[in-house]
Amino acid sequence: MNKFTKKDILAAFKTSSPIIVTFLVLGSGYGLLMQSHGYGPFWSLISGIIIFSGTAQFVSVTMLTSGSILMAGLTSLMISVRHIFFSISMIGRYSSEGRRKPYLYYALCDESYAMLSKDDGPEGVNVSNYRLLVTLFDQSAWVIGSVLGGWIGTLLTFDSTGIDFAMTALFTTVFIQQWLDNKQHLPAILGVAATLACRLIFGSDIFLIPAMIIIIGVLTAARSRIEPAASETATALAATESTTDSAAPNTTGGDAND
Amino acid sequence: MTDYRHAMIVIIVMGLAVFSTRIVPVLIFGRGEKVPEFILYLGRVVPYTAMGLLIVYCLRDTPVLEAPHGLPELISLAVVTTTYLWKRNTILSVVIGTALYMFLVQSVF
Repeated sequence: MNKFTKKDILAAFKTSSPIIVTFLVLGSGYGLLMQSHGYGPFWSLISGIIIFSGTAQFVSVTMLTSGSILMAGLTSLMISVRHIFFSISMIGRYSSEGRRKPYLYYALCDESYAMLSKDDGPEGVNVSNYRLLVTLFDQSAWVIGSVLGGWIGTLLTFDSTGIDFAMTALFTTVFIQQWLDNKQHLPAILGVAATLACRLIFGSDIFLIPAMIIIIGVLTAARSRIEPAASETATALAATESTTDSAAPNTTGGDAND
Repeated sequence: MTDYRHAMIVIIVMGLAVFSTRIVPVLIFGRGEKVPEFILYLGRVVPYTAMGLLIVYCLRDTPVLEAPHGLPELISLAVVTTTYLWKRNTILSVVIGTALYMFLVQSVF
């Protein structure tokens, strides 16, 4: 087991700080809502540990008392389908995480993903410790916020309308930073354009599914434009592998280097 | 009397549903000794498309055709962008942007 150095902890805390602030506030909003439906801090606590998805948890509040269990499951699948996309793109990064993998994937919320998918942490930190701590800090902030919300919520009156904009703002800052760090803007433009187009065509319930399919399709087709050098290596690799494994599909597209 | 058994089952079922979306792709593509090259490629580029997807997802129910026509969102996003380009401080931009947005939707529009 890697020792957690002070540097790891501080770096993870610094990365998590915007999320901690957001989650404490959003979480208490959730705890307050739960309280008003007759579910106290204990319920917010176990829900934050078992479900740990802000959107799914807010939706779950009205389903706790009544409503079909099948619908609850299907609704959360629909809401969380974007996580498939996030998990797939973390497989390479998390491939050597060993026993930490189950927790890292289980608690991979949008916000932790935004922070952990962009780099391997600041220089000099143990990246595995850093990932674990960022994920843990984020979840803890959410759970603590929701428990506090349920606990002190009845004492405070506070109009929290619009507070969820914090998530939009957070993703926007990551988007800008990525834009500044990269010369290749096609993936960023594709993410906005494909999702927006699908939202307009398919409505607000299922649009993420077609959007993700289109995004993966375009990323596959445009690979040689997005990363020319890496694509050549991959094609060379695929060529050597195909002699030993004829069943392997040629995913790189033979036209890339013709 | 609230039916706590039902609530508990709902939480567990929803938890399993959410967890499956996070873990099933890993069980399918991440089991082998070597991660497939195509999955590694997705790992390198998807984070750059995912932020745009998340931003649109967050704003999916913004009323554009009726008042206030997404103006609070537009103004707040402009402020988030400007402050971030100026200070490069995530927490500052998030706090200012959110406070402004809350003020706009609660008191102005």
